[in-house]
Amino acid sequence: MSAATTAQRASSWIAASSVAQRLGSVALFILVWQVVADAVHSRMLPSASAVFVVLAEECVHGPLLFHLGVTLARVAVAFVVAMVIGTAIGIVMGRSRTVDALFDSWLVLLLNLPALVIIVLAYVWFGLTEAAAIGAVAVNKIPNTAVTLREGARALDRSYSDMAASFHVGRWRTLRHVILPQLYPYVFAASRSGLALVWKIVLIVELLGRSNGVGFEIQLYFQQFDVTHILAYSIAFMVVIQLIEWMILQPLERRASAWRQ
Amino acid sequence: MAPVTPALAAEIREKRYARARGANSHVALAGLSLEVAAGEFVALVGPSGCGKTTFLNIVAGLDRDFAGEVQLALRPDGRPARVGYVFQEPRLLPWRTVYENIALVLPTHRADAVARDMLKAVGLPQAQDLYPPQLSVGMSRRVAIARAFAIEPDLLLMDEPFVSLDHDTVEQLRNLLLKLWTARPTTVLFVTHDMREALVLADRLVLLSGTPGHVVADVPVSLARNRRHGGAEIERLRDEILRRHRELIGAAATATPVE
Repeated sequence: MSAATTAQRASSWIAASSVAQRLGSVALFILVWQVVADAVHSRMLPSASAVFVVLAEECVHGPLLFHLGVTLARVAVAFVVAMVIGTAIGIVMGRSRTVDALFDSWLVLLLNLPALVIIVLAYVWFGLTEAAAIGAVAVNKIPNTAVTLREGARALDRSYSDMAASFHVGRWRTLRHVILPQLYPYVFAASRSGLALVWKIVLIVELLGRSNGVGFEIQLYFQQFDVTHILAYSIAFMVVIQLIEWMILQPLERRASAWRQ
Repeated sequence: MAPVTPALAAEIREKRYARARGANSHVALAGLSLEVAAGEFVALVGPSGCGKTTFLNIVAGLDRDFAGEVQLALRPDGRPARVGYVFQEPRLLPWRTVYENIALVLPTHRADAVARDMLKAVGLPQAQDLYPPQLSVGMSRRVAIARAFAIEPDLLLMDEPFVSLDHDTVEQLRNLLLKLWTARPTTVLFVTHDMREALVLADRLVLLSGTPGHVVADVPVSLARNRRHGGAEIERLRDEILRRHRELIGAAATATPVE
């Protein structure tokens, strides 16, 4: 009992100290930035304090939150679409040699196709529409997810599927309780790299063919050489993405692997 | 009078495993025929590698790539027979609790009551929220047995479920199995390489020899189950079987290591 509480206290202390370390590291970065910017004293490198003032102003009076919301919505939809389709393709290719042999080269092709080319082609073929934008982002991420999940599907333990088959556990239940839990580590790996990839590509898609969102705003401020605003928007977005990682992805992953302890 | 249909009628003309690159394939079973009456406890005894597990997988419907027929009697309501399978390894899903592992094989509306009931029957009601990696080897086997009985199987397949356990645990698990089987009668096909184990448990021994695996002898065990604990009787029966089927001696000697 007391050993457990001590261990708990110790682990929460370790967690607290690692948070403190992280905050210290960020603070150090901001300090260095501030010092360098003050020394250089150029419009091209605004100081940290100037950027944070603009960030606060844009949040309260400006359209930052609106554009942030729009971009996040695009990230969310493209991410979900890419994960679902990529996972399905990966599972099928991992399970069937024939399908794998047929489409492996397609996957390689798609993996090597630059994001920019996919985006431009999507806009040319389907017009400057929301669907083309989100579709282009998803297509960029799908091969990535498919390759990761194909590894997972290949590593599935046959003995569990046999167990489920011999007990006539239905298809849906087998998928949910037997197959997917074995794939979760792969799904999370794909999610983490997926989130990082998707949000960056969403900005490009917005820059090239949308009239709102963080990418669109960055393009506007780029034309005005307004580095302060560009950095303010970037920081706001980076913080939100990091929060998603910490507050959604990581807790989900911890829950899915609770049985390992 | 209607003819009595056996619970299981299997006639395996041939089961062949293909080898890679077209090299000659390997025949695992040939001319193996077996009938098991409803409610009978049959032990399939044979040395390792004589195709016992292959045969069980065919009966369970997991392996359909063979020449021959396997027929399971329909249930009284005309539906296909339910088959429970206790594998050599417990094969519990490590990411689901003990309770969830049993509930998984049950229809949703009965899952809760039956799972709890079965855990009580195998003496593990307190373990229901544990994950399989937290269980001892013996407990895992109990859960696997509980899962197989939970579906009220018409045919229970058991593939050397008690190997690599210490003597006391094996003893407990055998008694548990007999207790469950008495309370929930069903047809059992129990695979083992240990003739003593077969003699302690079964109504009938079917002796297999490989390769390819086929039936060498079919021996009923008439000794009452409550008289099988002594050991002396079991040894006598075992010696008698080995004397009558000299071709098994080599196999039995090599296949029955120190327990």
